[in-house]
Amino acid sequence: MIVFQGVSKHYTGHGVALEDVNFQIDPGEFVSLAGRSGAGKSTIIKLLIGEEKPSKGRVFFGQYEVNKLEDNELPAFRRHIGVVFQDFRLLPTKTAYENVAFALEVAGRPQREIAELVPQVLDMVGLGDKMKNFPHELSGGERQRVAIARAMIHRPEVVIADEPTGNLDPFHTFEIVKLLEKINQLGTTVVLATHDKEVINNLERRVITLDKGRLIRDEKKGKYILV
Amino acid sequence: MFTIISRIFHFGFKNFWRNGWLSTATVAIMTLASIGFLGLIIFGVVTQSAANAIQSKIDISVYFNTNTSEDEILNIQQSLEGLSQVASVNYISQDQALATFQQNHANNPTVSQAVSELDTNPLEASLNITAKDPSEYGAINDYLTSPDLASYIDTISYSQNQDVINRLAAIVRDVSIGGWIVTIFLALVAGLVIFNTIRLAIYSNREEIGVMRVVGASNSLVRGPFVVEGMLWGLIAALISLIVFAPVLYFTSPYLNEFIPGLNIFQYFYTHIIQLFVYELLFGVVIGGLSSFWAVRRYLKN
Repeated sequence: MIVFQGVSKHYTGHGVALEDVNFQIDPGEFVSLAGRSGAGKSTIIKLLIGEEKPSKGRVFFGQYEVNKLEDNELPAFRRHIGVVFQDFRLLPTKTAYENVAFALEVAGRPQREIAELVPQVLDMVGLGDKMKNFPHELSGGERQRVAIARAMIHRPEVVIADEPTGNLDPFHTFEIVKLLEKINQLGTTVVLATHDKEVINNLERRVITLDKGRLIRDEKKGKYILV
Repeated sequence: MFTIISRIFHFGFKNFWRNGWLSTATVAIMTLASIGFLGLIIFGVVTQSAANAIQSKIDISVYFNTNTSEDEILNIQQSLEGLSQVASVNYISQDQALATFQQNHANNPTVSQAVSELDTNPLEASLNITAKDPSEYGAINDYLTSPDLASYIDTISYSQNQDVINRLAAIVRDVSIGGWIVTIFLALVAGLVIFNTIRLAIYSNREEIGVMRVVGASNSLVRGPFVVEGMLWGLIAALISLIVFAPVLYFTSPYLNEFIPGLNIFQYFYTHIIQLFVYELLFGVVIGGLSSFWAVRRYLKN
């Protein structure tokens, strides 16, 4: 469902971010993107959600060829994906409930459905009692759980998490990874970019390892190994 | 479609409320600009009535020889009224002129005594002519100095006052043109101030716009609430500026009236309040909405 075909990304003046990357991710997989900071993990995610265009190669997502999408086609395309970021990226003027509801509102879902679904999902991430809190009233781990709730509420085909645990302590990291596994068990494809060795080794899932913009390893039950 | 529109308004109102400080600061600056704009409208009214006041002071009088009959004068009055440049012609008969003269000198026994001892009325009948535009007195004067009329007419005041009349006409013209230029220029400045304020307000929301985009919000859903917010700012600024202006005009109106007789600026404000509010609303809401629309544009790439 996700295919990278000979993808390269060069930034003028900043050298090579990705060089001839090829891989395919099937529906229902849980894939970790491993590598040091600057290895190209975030670039892959940016290309995947259409935030940037590849210099060479093609990126497919389901029926979409992402690198060919126009600006005005992106919003509809992005509703097929749920994204979780290291810095949470919640809307500061909206409560936890409203942040999650927003993902449904942008898709034009009816109010009744939203009122029913949002509390369920917030309950699932363990924030049923903090729906009315604003992001600044929540801890880092709680904010990330709101972000995950937002990323999954519209039942996307893929949830992409870019260093979701980068700002969290080991306890909350564990919680977040458990949540991502749960989402995957419900049938959603999960792509997790992380440089956290512990996380990857505990998962025992497919690992794609990047180094200096090149794909150096792709293993079904991978470990975090950098040589 | 309806869901999207109602959500745009819902988000717009909510953001307005929750961005309390940002809204307060933006509304404050927009209020200043709105007050400036309102001031310009009032300034326009003042200059216009000043110009009118000056204009109404200008006229030319034609004094007729005492042997010219009233019929002949009335004929001339009629022909003058037929001229396109003429606004009004006022006939003052010999008797009226005398009555006015006596009235003016009622406190001066020597003068009234002297007049009553005369057998005939020494005062001449006259026509007071006002032009539609002060620059047209020249043409009226040309008509009056034509040879056909020469035998009836004793003096025409234009030749005596020509310089003053021309200068007043120039002042009237300059005041109106100057008023317009100042108004347009300052309205542009006020518009720019509002635009820039809103740009800053939206700049502070740029990350939020990015988040909305990533979550899959369409451009109209990202932009709509900001436009609604901008229009709300304009609306409130318009209301506040009217409320601030009312007492200011109430207290300055009497002083202005001394300068320019017949000008009651508070009365004007009061009777035109709906019209002024509509101007303010158009100014604030349109500039507010458009500024938001433009300011969000640059963050809608990617």
